[in-house]
Amino acid sequence: MKRGAVAVVGAAESTRMGVIPDVSQLQLNADAALNAIRDAGLKPSDIDGVATAGESPVTLAQYLNITPKWIDGTGVGGCSFLMHVRHAVAAIEAGLCTTVLISHGESGKSRVAPPAGPWPPTRSSWPGQFETPYGAVSPPTMFTVPVMRYLKTYGITREQLAMVPVVQREWAQRNPRAFFRDPITVDDVLAAKTIAYPFTILMCCPQTDGGGALILTSSERAKDMLRPPVYILGAGESTESILISQMADFSSSRAFRVSGQQAFASSGISHAEVDHLMVYDAFAHLPLYGLEDLGFCQPGEAAEFIAERNTAPGGKLPVNTNGGGLSYMHSGMYGMYALQESVRQMRGIAPAQVEGARVSVCHGVGGMFSAAATIVFSNEL
Amino acid sequence: MTTPGRMLPQPTPESAHFWEGTRLQELRLQRCRHCHEHYFPPRPFCPHCHGQDIEVVRASGKATLYSYVISQRPAPGIEAPYVLAVVELEEGPRMMTNIVDCPARPESLPLDMPLEVHFDRQSEEITLPMFRPEVKA
Repeated sequence: MKRGAVAVVGAAESTRMGVIPDVSQLQLNADAALNAIRDAGLKPSDIDGVATAGESPVTLAQYLNITPKWIDGTGVGGCSFLMHVRHAVAAIEAGLCTTVLISHGESGKSRVAPPAGPWPPTRSSWPGQFETPYGAVSPPTMFTVPVMRYLKTYGITREQLAMVPVVQREWAQRNPRAFFRDPITVDDVLAAKTIAYPFTILMCCPQTDGGGALILTSSERAKDMLRPPVYILGAGESTESILISQMADFSSSRAFRVSGQQAFASSGISHAEVDHLMVYDAFAHLPLYGLEDLGFCQPGEAAEFIAERNTAPGGKLPVNTNGGGLSYMHSGMYGMYALQESVRQMRGIAPAQVEGARVSVCHGVGGMFSAAATIVFSNEL
Repeated sequence: MTTPGRMLPQPTPESAHFWEGTRLQELRLQRCRHCHEHYFPPRPFCPHCHGQDIEVVRASGKATLYSYVISQRPAPGIEAPYVLAVVELEEGPRMMTNIVDCPARPESLPLDMPLEVHFDRQSEEITLPMFRPEVKA
């Protein structure tokens, strides 16, 4: 991909975030899409590429009355939208389309008209045969299975794991739209109700409703548009295993490593240049794996990096500055909201703005460490 | 002990040997005759070298505890608390299972502890392989 050839020119979330019992999932998606199109100073008739997950792009394009020349329905869980960004960059560069809408809506908590989801898996699928029968029935029981091994491998304690949600709540305090904003301590986290040892409820994301959308076009066109362009310098994507039990190394995600390496190589940036990082955090351990597998920390050293406040307000590498999936929102697929915060930071309009931020890396996971994608953004070429 | 209500597997042509095995109280793996690696889950070709000269073998049933969570919420057919674990078989492959005949407490579940398979009949067709702490003779 050509570094910086495509830019984000529109970005918005659904009008409301949180608990929205009176709006269907499809309408949350469309609401965000229309907000983003408006944010870009465009009309729906300007859109010729449509990407979404958790909904068919056919349905979304029809609902919005858009005629697409390019679509993407890649659905691998929460990082699907980051993959859509990477795919849209390639499509725009190749001339397959000019102006792409990537959109998401999810009635994760209220369950208003959700389409048939990936759950439950069919009995004859690999998950249905080799995991579900043993009680692997929800993300808090599945996504968390590797962590006891990670803790043992590196000698990390539950107290250190608990610091992750504590720090992210500090960021959420600065965000009026965050779902959870009250400060918490390590003691609060460990004393909270245990869902699946070693995880308490405060180490798990909430379930909320919401939507978000991005508009992408060539950087050449972006120059003349309403918002300061947020350039895509590089990107990566990969997958590992549909079964959490078959993840090769429970201390590291191969999908994270491959995706991250591609993103850094294609953008040409160094770790030192990264001013802001989003690591999709459905659960407290994900930022640990993300920091290590993306190369910001050595294996086993992310917990100390966080404890030393490097990722907290005032730290040298702000992480999950919207509060993250743990505090801001989590409808089931969170990747779009990590992208939204990276874009806000690059535009200089985030509630907890990192002063002078020029490069943001946005990293997402899909399924139970099944997939990953990484986008490198900058507000400069 | 049958636990009615579990979401049970439905065998496919490629996994039939495995589920037939557990029904007969055998833990079966596949092994590649070319590269000699055991592998799981079942496929009619070796995922390491993609060779098709493979055979079904009986595993020892011995394993060690690789990782786990202790769920405090019940699952269909499973009372809480239950231990959802991944074990590493002696032959190399890992598999998800439940740890049974063992207190559902972290103190009773040190990682790498030796385990042995315990077959738990669920229905006419399906017996699930679970694991319990190894009973030393």
